[in-house]
Amino acid sequence: MRLLSYYMLNSTTHAVPNDYRLKIEVKRVTIKEDYFEPDYLRELLPVIDWKGLVYASKMLGYTDLPDEFPNESMLDSEDFLKKFHHALLELHLEEGALICPETGRRFPVKRGVPNMNPKDNEIPLNDDKSNEKATKTKKRSLDQILPPATYKANITVTYI
Amino acid sequence: MWYLCVFYHRLLDYRKPEFEALADLFGAFDNNNPSSSHSLEWKLPEHHHPDSPFHFVNLPSEDIARNIANRSILVKGVYEIWGEGSSYEELKEAVNSYPDDRKLPYLTSDSTFRLIVDRFGKAISFKDQTALIKGMSYIPFKGKVDLRNPEHKFWLIETDDYESNNGLPPIVDKRVFFGREIGGADRKLLPTYELKSRNYLGPTAMDAEVAFLMANQAQAMPGKLVYDPFVGTGSILVAAAHFGAMTMGADIDIRVVRDGRGPDCNVWSNFKQYGLQMPVSLLRADNNLPPWRPGLKEIFDAIICDPPYGVRAGGRKSGGRKLLKGVVSPYTVPDDKRTGHIPSTAAYSLAECVHDLLDLAAKMLKPNGRLVYFYPVLRDNNDTIDVEFPKHPCFKLIASCEQMLSYRYSRVLLTMVKIGAYTDEIEEIARVRHMEFRENHVKWMEEGNLHAAVFSPEFLGGEDLDGKIGKDPKKKYRGKYV
Repeated sequence: MRLLSYYMLNSTTHAVPNDYRLKIEVKRVTIKEDYFEPDYLRELLPVIDWKGLVYASKMLGYTDLPDEFPNESMLDSEDFLKKFHHALLELHLEEGALICPETGRRFPVKRGVPNMNPKDNEIPLNDDKSNEKATKTKKRSLDQILPPATYKANITVTYI
Repeated sequence: MWYLCVFYHRLLDYRKPEFEALADLFGAFDNNNPSSSHSLEWKLPEHHHPDSPFHFVNLPSEDIARNIANRSILVKGVYEIWGEGSSYEELKEAVNSYPDDRKLPYLTSDSTFRLIVDRFGKAISFKDQTALIKGMSYIPFKGKVDLRNPEHKFWLIETDDYESNNGLPPIVDKRVFFGREIGGADRKLLPTYELKSRNYLGPTAMDAEVAFLMANQAQAMPGKLVYDPFVGTGSILVAAAHFGAMTMGADIDIRVVRDGRGPDCNVWSNFKQYGLQMPVSLLRADNNLPPWRPGLKEIFDAIICDPPYGVRAGGRKSGGRKLLKGVVSPYTVPDDKRTGHIPSTAAYSLAECVHDLLDLAAKMLKPNGRLVYFYPVLRDNNDTIDVEFPKHPCFKLIASCEQMLSYRYSRVLLTMVKIGAYTDEIEEIARVRHMEFRENHVKWMEEGNLHAAVFSPEFLGGEDLDGKIGKDPKKKYRGKYV
């Protein structure tokens, strides 16, 4: 898993605020060289969550990224773009996990593929008996326009 | 300028949309002028059926024409026509009156050339070909002949009034074209990428030709990020990566994306096999419960997929049998079975699947990003289909290309362009719909059951089978069946 996808991912079992970042647990990191495309990197930079990327690259053992969000002059510096490229696309988290900072739910990464799926007990129920409950939750959530995940009843993390 | 475009005679519905998607990609349209239409001017040769492989097309420049033709899969060639006629005498007259300043630069003595004779619908014997080539000697060719790597290729193309009933579109009379080739599809790609030589395959891997067409509709190119939410063995992303796009895929089945059939037989190895750039990421994720961070928007340039519509393979989403059968308390896997446990999944109805896909695309695609996906359609006996395709306020449908798969059903490749922003209001509507799907799961599964419609035995209404066949002979001209 490259850090570009780390930046996109989120817990699927829990409603989260915007500035939320999954924690990384590292077991094995690989570095694979990749094709350098400066134009794409420049386009991507403004949307990247910089602090998250710096945190993640440090976790994976790469410390050359500046802590502060790069200023405009750096966009033209090839040296900087190469570092950005390395952190974003060449560092791979091969074995480890992504961890929700609030619930502690662990999303394992194995052979480079993160498993973001909820487990059986983390999915909202939709059988007949729970229909009534679901309708109630829906009405309430419509009235108050709550964030989507509030209706996901019975989230219990039983195994971490 | 008008060029003659000759298509391969297959996948008829896909030809013009592919050409126009590529025309857009290579800058044939004025993007600064929103009122300019994003379709090209087309013209048929006289008396030709719309299914004919011959079309005239108006393009702004030869470079654009060359780029489109070389990148396409279904364009046999794009030609600058020097002359045409209904006989060789008429052709000679037309070629001779074509302006010299368009001809002479390609006939100089320091150039190499080749003349190719082709006829649509019928083969020409070697002897006849030689005779036809000799007959063109009124053109002052000064260059050297080079059959392998000529600088200029000239084509003499004939459509004959061949017998009918051979499955080709009806042609009224003979037409002969002579022109200089600008470019043509590299069909060598197809044997290179064909599925039978691919390492890791699944039951619904996308055929290489169609996968390339999808990648062209999505305008995959270097610097673009393409996402497939139903990645499977990666057969569609391989085509996008071939055109230089960065790719990303997700699938609900962890065995498919992570394990494959071993260390050298998995999705990664399919990319390695062709020396392509590896996907940015493969995820195990459920399209019904997408794992994207809330602040993340508009990151993908295109989303290409073949959603599971329950005919060859059914869709799955999280939430298994145990939940559906009325167990109220959450099911917890016992301690001793936890290692390697794969949570159960529930069937995913087509309507819900398409809803989730459109919502995902509306949220995650950049403005003008493209959503390209297959949509199944049941057919009656008619030649036309009358279906309402999925709609979304953020999208404009720009192409729908039908491919018949059986007597009963077709799949239609839909290409949608994102034209509107994803607003809070749309997000709220999508969320309410999501809840409705959740509550009426069983109803949706029954209504959207395509498998039964496609595979159930036909109701013959008391007629015996022989009588039925007698009344409905298979039509000779096959049109979209090609």
